[in-house]
Amino acid sequence: MVTADFKLQLRSGYHVNSNTPNDEFLIPLRLTWTNGAAEAGEVVFPKPQQEKYEFSAKPVSVFSGEFKAQAMFKLVSTGTMIGKLRYQACSDKACLPPRTVEVKLPVEVHN
Amino acid sequence: MATPTTRTLAAVLFTAALLVSGCTRSERVRHETKAEGNRKAAPPFTLKDAEGKTVSLEDYKGKVVLLNFWATWCGPCKIEIPWFVAFEQKYKDRGFSVIGVSMDEEGWSIVKPFLAEEKINYRVLLGNDSVGTLYGGVDSLPTTFVIDRDGNIAATHIGLVSKSDYEDEIVSLLEGKRTTTGPDSRAAAGSN
Repeated sequence: MVTADFKLQLRSGYHVNSNTPNDEFLIPLRLTWTNGAAEAGEVVFPKPQQEKYEFSAKPVSVFSGEFKAQAMFKLVSTGTMIGKLRYQACSDKACLPPRTVEVKLPVEVHN
Repeated sequence: MATPTTRTLAAVLFTAALLVSGCTRSERVRHETKAEGNRKAAPPFTLKDAEGKTVSLEDYKGKVVLLNFWATWCGPCKIEIPWFVAFEQKYKDRGFSVIGVSMDEEGWSIVKPFLAEEKINYRVLLGNDSVGTLYGGVDSLPTTFVIDRDGNIAATHIGLVSKSDYEDEIVSLLEGKRTTTGPDSRAAAGSN
């Protein structure tokens, strides 16, 4: 297994739901991979913040600012891993629609 | 001796800059009211409600309408919904209706349970990008339009606004009072 660290950064004033939101209707942060050059393993996010906003009766599980997470891989061959990062962001007064962005991770295997 | 196997990830660190292409935060929260002579017609649309019935904005001509674009995943929207339930109950007999337009991509499978959980008493329609485009894109939720009895947009609210602001506008339109002209002071306050 190898680990790829990745850094995510949000614009000031915005947050995204964490990977473990505490409301069934909230859209979690997800990073998923299509197996190819490697077999995807677990993705580990940091401990989320529990933030209280003007719109929330109870604290919301979020990430904001800059944070890092780790993706585990079992390498197979040289190539490119294709991932999808899905997130949904809000400020304290408004929310943006969920987005999915493609993530490409080059892999080199040297024997 | 065999050559040791070295397996590396060429890129072990990447950065995803989440968000928010183009607009600044202040542009995504906006509140505006229009005096009677300066209002534009609310774009007509036809959508389906939870029972599959076709509903047109035209059906509401002669009423004051609060048209709220929302989604189940939108926290600020959930704050406003109980207010709208109360407005519907309080003012429906005076010629007022709330129309909720859900922008949930997953459709009724996720919206219907939410309607039941929130005990929503007003009509909710399932929106789409075409209707969103008619109303300026609706890329930030909640986005709400207060429409006068002539079918013109009297107020636009992008982002969370207070219950009293909504109620003042509704009552003013029901009573036929004029509202103030141009962007109000809350636009700046809401965009910090």
